[in-house]
Amino acid sequence: MAFFTQQLINGLTLGSIYGLIAIGYTMVYGIIGMINFAHGEIYMIGAFVAVIAFVLLSMVGVGSVALALVVVLLMAILVTSLYGWTIERVAYRPLRGSFRLAPLISAIGMSVFLQNYVQLSQGARVKPLAPQLPGGMILFEQGGFAVRVSAIQVFIWVITFALMAVFAWIIGRTALGRAQRACEQDSRMAALLGVDVDRTISTTFIIGAALAAVAGVMVTLYYGVVDFFIGFLAGLKAFTAAVLGGIGSLPGAVLGGLLIGLIETFWSAYFSVEYKDVAAFVVLVLVLIFRPTGLLGRPEIEKV
Amino acid sequence: MLADTTPLAKSGRWAEALRDAGLAALVMLGLLVLIVGVQTVDGEGGLTANFRFDWVLIFCGAVFAGRLAAKLGAGDAIGRALAKPVGGAVGAFSAYSKQIVWLGLGFAAAMPFMPFADRYVVDVATAMLIYVMLGWGLNIVVGLAGLLDLGYVAFYAVGAYSYAMFAKAFGLSFWECLPLAGAMAATFGVLLGFPVLRLRGDYLAIVTLGFGEIIRIVLINWYTVTGGPNGISGIPRPTLFGMPFTASPPEGTTSVHEFFGIDFDPNHRIIYLYFVILALALVVNFFTNRARRLPLGRAWEALREDEIACRALGINPTNTKLSAFAVGAMFGGFAGAFFSTRQGFISPESFTFFESAVVLAIVVLGGMGSQIGVVIAAFVLIVVPELFREFADYRMLAFGLGMVLIMIWRPRGLIAHREPTIRLHPPQGNGR
Repeated sequence: MAFFTQQLINGLTLGSIYGLIAIGYTMVYGIIGMINFAHGEIYMIGAFVAVIAFVLLSMVGVGSVALALVVVLLMAILVTSLYGWTIERVAYRPLRGSFRLAPLISAIGMSVFLQNYVQLSQGARVKPLAPQLPGGMILFEQGGFAVRVSAIQVFIWVITFALMAVFAWIIGRTALGRAQRACEQDSRMAALLGVDVDRTISTTFIIGAALAAVAGVMVTLYYGVVDFFIGFLAGLKAFTAAVLGGIGSLPGAVLGGLLIGLIETFWSAYFSVEYKDVAAFVVLVLVLIFRPTGLLGRPEIEKV
Repeated sequence: MLADTTPLAKSGRWAEALRDAGLAALVMLGLLVLIVGVQTVDGEGGLTANFRFDWVLIFCGAVFAGRLAAKLGAGDAIGRALAKPVGGAVGAFSAYSKQIVWLGLGFAAAMPFMPFADRYVVDVATAMLIYVMLGWGLNIVVGLAGLLDLGYVAFYAVGAYSYAMFAKAFGLSFWECLPLAGAMAATFGVLLGFPVLRLRGDYLAIVTLGFGEIIRIVLINWYTVTGGPNGISGIPRPTLFGMPFTASPPEGTTSVHEFFGIDFDPNHRIIYLYFVILALALVVNFFTNRARRLPLGRAWEALREDEIACRALGINPTNTKLSAFAVGAMFGGFAGAFFSTRQGFISPESFTFFESAVVLAIVVLGGMGSQIGVVIAAFVLIVVPELFREFADYRMLAFGLGMVLIMIWRPRGLIAHREPTIRLHPPQGNGR
């Protein structure tokens, strides 16, 4: 039981991170119907900005952990949002209305480009970062196995929960959220009714990138290592999470993220660590066979 | 256009262009200042930073100048200046495409015997032909059937490993293994495609991408069969009707140079390999060209254009897509088997996502569905980097950027010209 609880705690932490990334996929898919392939790279850039910001802060000599965390989060969100906006502007917007595969191929090109750009400018080696947020506590002990919750895990849950609340409020209650939902349902009609579609799409990319940036910061804190390749697998898994939850559905993305995190953790704990990356993929294929709309998704109707 | 000549409009245009360029430079500054400007390096007691703000300023300046020039109409001027020669070249190219193809074929056949063709040149040409073959194979899937396959390297890997295992375990020759390797790859293609091809195309992209990764993870971890990260070495070399290309053949066999009564030359094997891959690639090309005239090939192209219309006409989309997927996978498997016998050693290192990206880039840059385009793109992406080895690090960077730019500039690829396979009313001599 103790071991199980520990895995549950670890899985929920991982799942929170996947959920935050998955929101970016599902939002972009909902609004322009494309898979933003470079989204995993956005998350990777967020993680790199976090490492760089931590290094800079320690050089300046900022002692307070809380202040450092706030500054790093803000920097990561700011820089990564700018990347999200620029990518949409440069690589996707000119292709709106082009043939079906064009934006997808452009996104793959962008992903390859960003990976190599970070590799060339920051080096191919793994970047280690000293633990920034030490501490934790033992929940209970059973049969010599102590179930611990680290401060970082609590931090990740709190931030994820807070972000979800803010995000749900933006989508559900603000003018921006209304515009977004309108574009998602029918962008041409929304444009006729005075919604600035281009701007809404830009904002969608910025919000998605900001959430991915937070995920990047948290993964840097959690694992303490970052390299230029992390966006690839994380993006794949977050996409799986979005499909599992039902692509286009925002609560679905979070639910899917948590489930994928749990599945991956339990798979590694009880089955095999070497094949842990296979778990998400197996789930993806099973979902596509048996429930292509995902858990909370609506069936898609294709019209001529 | 007329209003532009008045001084007021001109100064207004300048102001607007300057503002726009300034904004672009500012965005660039924001993008670069941390990632490029601050390089984290390993220092004593953890990471330290290495500042490179001069680079950031150079890039920002370049963006400013470029944007300013574009806003003031330099882009259009360059576009107009380029349009004529480029258009002319493409036009001449399509007009003489038949002659050019035969010329190219003749050159490919004679190449190994030309004076400049030393071992290195033939080796590079062989490497390029592997990519041409992969590109043609993927072209069936992406170009004809319109299915985006991001894990093509998986089938390449399946082919390579099946050849290595069949040849080592059962002592089969290259030519006996080739169909087996193709069949294995096609089987994997069907197994993967079956659940996914019923769905929208985007899902296929992600699932094939995942599949490519899975194959690599399995190859790394399944030590007992694949040798893990160490790979498989000592893979048998190809033979000509059972005759090996060695200086001293094993007992009971005749080597090629003894049979023909010529002096032994290690280059013979290299040249033989070159011709094998040339022939294999041409088989793929021939197949594609013929298939496009068959009902099956027409169904592929029709599906690419409009799936709903196809369904209305009674084409089964899943089976049609599955056949394209399986055929593409089979050719990938052939190429893999050839790669395996050429290298004599394979490991999971050779089958990363980057290989898939390179092959896809070849197909996309060449113009989806264009056979010649694939050859040109393979030349540009494989041979040209060979010439600029010192810039090898920037190769993938340029690939990625190239894919984006091509999609924006010429979404149908460099050689976008594509003849319809059938015309309702043949042109009446006055051209199109």
